This record gives sequence, C-alpha cells and structure tokens, in this order.
Amino acid sequence: MPLLDVRDLSVVFQRKGAEPVRAADGVSFTVEPGQTVGLVGESGCGKSVTSLAIMGLLPRRGNRVTGEVLFDDTDLLTLRPSDLRDRRGRDIGMIFQDPLSSLNPVIPLGVQVAEVLERHRGRSRQAALREARGLLDAVGIPDPARRLKEFPHQLSGGMRQRALIAIALACKPRLLIADEPTTALDVTIQAQILTLLKELVDDSGTALVMITHDLGVVAGLCDTVNVMYAGKVVERAGRHQLFGEPRHPYTEGLLQSVPRLDVDRGGRLHQIRGSVTDNIPWSAGCAFAPRCDRVIDDCIGDTVPLEPTFRGGALRCTNPVPTEVPA
Amino acid sequence: MVRVISRRLIQLVATVLALMTLVFFWLRSLPGGPVDALLGERATPQTRELLTRALGYDQPIWVQYGRFLKNVVTGNFGNSIRTGEPVTAVIGRAFPATVELAVAAIIIAIGLGIPLGYLAARHRGRLLDNATIIVTLIGISIPIFFLGYLLKDWLTQGIHVFPPSGRISTGLDNTDVTGLFVLDGLLTREFDASADALWHLVLPAFTLATIPLAIIIRITRASVLDVLDEDYIRTADAKGLRNATIRKRHVLRNALLPVVTTIGLQTGALLAGAVLTEKVYNWGGLGTLITDSISGGRDYPVLQALILLAAVVFIVVNLVVDLSYAIIDPRVRVQ
Repeated sequence: MPLLDVRDLSVVFQRKGAEPVRAADGVSFTVEPGQTVGLVGESGCGKSVTSLAIMGLLPRRGNRVTGEVLFDDTDLLTLRPSDLRDRRGRDIGMIFQDPLSSLNPVIPLGVQVAEVLERHRGRSRQAALREARGLLDAVGIPDPARRLKEFPHQLSGGMRQRALIAIALACKPRLLIADEPTTALDVTIQAQILTLLKELVDDSGTALVMITHDLGVVAGLCDTVNVMYAGKVVERAGRHQLFGEPRHPYTEGLLQSVPRLDVDRGGRLHQIRGSVTDNIPWSAGCAFAPRCDRVIDDCIGDTVPLEPTFRGGALRCTNPVPTEVPA
Repeated sequence: MVRVISRRLIQLVATVLALMTLVFFWLRSLPGGPVDALLGERATPQTRELLTRALGYDQPIWVQYGRFLKNVVTGNFGNSIRTGEPVTAVIGRAFPATVELAVAAIIIAIGLGIPLGYLAARHRGRLLDNATIIVTLIGISIPIFFLGYLLKDWLTQGIHVFPPSGRISTGLDNTDVTGLFVLDGLLTREFDASADALWHLVLPAFTLATIPLAIIIRITRASVLDVLDEDYIRTADAKGLRNATIRKRHVLRNALLPVVTTIGLQTGALLAGAVLTEKVYNWGGLGTLITDSISGGRDYPVLQALILLAAVVFIVVNLVVDLSYAIIDPRVRVQ
C-alpha cells in the first residue's frame, strides 16, 4: 500500500472577473514508504501548487481543490482542519524554497525548532530545546547550543536551510515534501544540502517528495520522477529510464536544455522554444503542442490521456520520442 | 545600546538648540509683542519705552539671543510676562494635566486600536472589516474641535452622562501628589477623587484619542494582512502549530513593528490635538497655556519654554519607540 496516493488532484484558482486558472489538473502519483519521488517542471507548471494542496496550505479563499490525497488511506482533503493540523509537522514535514523568508525573523532559532516538539510530542520548552540542540547537530549546524539563541539573520543561507530541515524532520515524519529546497542557495551549498537530505531520508526511512526544476537534483536523488507540464503529469518513469530514454518531447527538451561542459564554447545552448504561457487548454489537445518539435495533427483535438508504458511508467503523448528497444 | 542612547541624546541637544533658535527669531518676527499686549493701544511712548527697557527688548537682538541661550542652558527660563510667576512654576502646574490627558488618550488608542485592527484583518473583506474601514475614515476626518463639542453637547447637555469640563469636581478635597489626579487618588487612597477625575477624563481623552486610534487600527490591519502572507506563517502552518500559537507567537509580534513606529509619530499629533481638546473641555493643561500665552500678551518666556518642552517630549518618546523597536526586532540590534 502506498504511503501517499494522490488521485486526480486539481486546483482551480478563481478570481472575480477573471478566467479560472487550472494550476493543477488531475494530478495522480503515488509515493511508497521510504521512496523518493520527484516532481519536475518549469516555473508555473503546477508543482508547488500540488505540494501545497497536499499539505492543505493553499490560501483558504480563491481556490478550489478537488480529488483525493490519501495518506495512510486517510483523505487529507476531507479531514477536519484541526485533524490536519495534528498531522502536519508530525506525519508530514515540509521544506520551502527560500530559507530566509521561511523562518520567522524575530524569534530565536531554538524556539522555532522546539515549538514543533512542544506541539506534537508534548515536550516542555526546556526538553524541546535540549532535543532541538541535537537536531541542529544532526543537520550539521556547528555550535548548536549557541545557534539556538540566535536569530535567522545571523545564520548563513545554507545553515538556514539546514535549520528548516531540522524543523521538518523534528518529529520523524514518514513523509517529507521538499519544495525547491536548493533553489535559493549557491551551487556548493546546494550539493551539501542534497547530500544531507539523502542521508537523512535514507537513515530514517522517510519518504521524500522532491519538487524541483533542476534535473541534476532529480538525477542524484529520486527513484521515480513525474514530469509536469501545464498542471498535468506528462511523463512518469524511473530515474534511469527517464534520463536514458525520455519518451515525452518535453522531457527530452528539458534534458537537452541542461548546459553541458563538454560542448564547444561557440555552440548555442539548447532551449525549448516559446514559454509556458504558449499553450492550448488540455481539453483541446496537448498543451505542449505549440512548443513541440514532434507535433502532428493528432496532437490537436481531444485530451491526450496518461497511459501506462510497458516499463511501469506512464506517458501522455500522441507522438512520443521513439525508443531503441521496440515496444 | 549605551552608545545608541548617548548618540541619540547628543542629537536631542542639537535638535533642541536649532529649534530654540528658530523659535526665538520666529516669535520676535510676529507682529505685535508683549509691550503692545500689556499696555494696550493707548499707552504713551514714554511708558512703552520704560517697559521695553525693563523687559530688555531695547537691546540688540543678538544680545537678547545670547542671553536667552545662556538662560536655556542654565535652566533659567525667566518669569512669565503676563503673571510675573517663574515660567517653570507656570508650566509645572499645567504639565501634569496634559500628561494625564495624553497618557489616557494613548492608552485608549493602543488598547482599542491594536485589537480592532487585528480583528478587521482576520475578517478581511467581510462586514466587520468594511465597517472598520468606514469608521476609521470618519475618525481620521473629523476635526477634534468639532467632535469635542459634539460629544460635549450630546453627553453632558442632552443626557448628563459626563461632566462638561474641568479635571475634577469643584469642592472635592483631593490631595495633590503628582498632579495626575487619577493617580493621586489611588496613591492617597482617596478613591472618590480618583473616580471623579477619571469621570472627567473620559470625554477629553476619547476626543483626543480618535485620530491616533483610527490610524493605529488601519496600520495594524494592513500590517497583520502583510504578515499573514509571509512565508514564515506558511512554515508555522506546515509545522501544524495551533492557530492560537501562530497568532500569538508569529503574527502579532511581527505585525507590531509598523504600529510601534506609528505610535511614536502620533505623539506629535497628540500634542497638537491637546491644544484643541483642552480648549473644548477647559482642561487647564499645556494646550490651554499655549493659547493663553499667544493670545493674551505674547508671553515669550512661557512660549519658548513650552515649545522646548514639546520638542523634548516628542524626541524622547521617539527615542523610547526606537529602543522598543530593538527589543521587538532582533535585526535592528546589530547596528
């Protein structure tokens, strides 16, 4: 039984006088206990919205969330708000993109770590702070006793993200959702944070949903990858299949867009033409068609379904990139 | 911290000095003067000259200025031209009345403003929020003297809820300790005097509080809405913290920062408002003293000392505000 089973999750933003926006459109994927699953796509493809919807963290007004988010067979979407609060931080932890703005600037770091333990483990402030010290130590923050009393602005960017990881993992959740955890950090720190995350989830058996636009992150971390485009999953595959033989033209485009060091300096960088905004509604065919190099007449007309592939993945494409192994 | 305070105190001295210079020359450039005011239009040139010399106004202006500066530095503000009393005694009598009024107004403005602003933010876009926006707009727009007379007419003439003027009922034998009548009553256990003074205080304090109150409500509302959108509130939600904890620990403190700044700036408005409020309710504080000193005889020594006092109060309050800022926001402490 999967730990997390997201079924047909849709998020529609509605504003008075404006067309409703389908930010996530029938997203389905599963996460097995201890597994690391990637959600990959460009900015605006709906990956962050999906993660916030799973956690119930979308603003209460102006949006409609439908579908099912089964965690341990409990639908988080229909849970009472107070019951959901009991699970957040205890069963599911979350790490955010910008570690500086995600920490409260006027509260000492120690309290920000300790308050999760006070809330879910019933610890006293003193006991929680002692435990927090160990947690900071575990995520590689030097001199944790001193750091507990410090404020977020006194820490470096990498240390702030480590602190956020410590907070998210404080109650040993079974699922960790990381929303672009390395985007705001410089490259050397990125690698450290990813290594740390990998170690922590491997040691504790925590399942991880990794949301990123960075294929390098996916390659180093994820067991299964979901590629999203315009609110829908367009391809799902194991890490090796995805990198070795991408089937969706969008996945292929993403992979080719990674700058390479072994190409002449004069060579043009590869890009996918157009931008996310150049799309057609999924109801009228494939949203990626206007930007696709392999577009054929069949791509326009009906919604393209997500169909299972023979390798256990899934693909939403009428004219996929051919594989060397015949299907 | 010590360095910050000492630097600010030096700034205070410089500001006060510059201000006193301005006031000195500004007062003397006004048409008319104490001599005209005291003697009237039909005085003979001889008496005018005698009085001018007696008051020292015959000397060159820079000599007067030098003497004035020396007096300010030594704390000698001279005697009131109108009454002949020492300026310090005149002001010392009026100051506690204004302090009592202003403190009461600030307590009302903060005590009501922050909770109401917070409630409005929580009910964003709903009835309570819209009502608050309209009421605060009215509160900011109504002139103090108009509201003052309106309340006075309704609540002291139409229905006798509050006393119309003064600080305490005549004939009440109260002991004067600090000059703050409500506090004095508590200190001397003359609780009837305390209650009576408080009863007199309600209308003037509310009148004076309206504008700061409306502004504090609005700033708090906007500030809370800003903070609710912050990433760290989402983090707090992701931790599964209870709503009450999030509000108390994460929202309120951050939202207070702009409010505290506003409170400091409103001190100036409060001092200006006190002049009008005291006039309406015949309060007998600094505001009354200012109007009397200008209209009744160009009382230069009293006016100079009053403006000096107002400036010092404003600067000190803002110093306190800045220091409390450092307590609320650790990011400010580093500098």
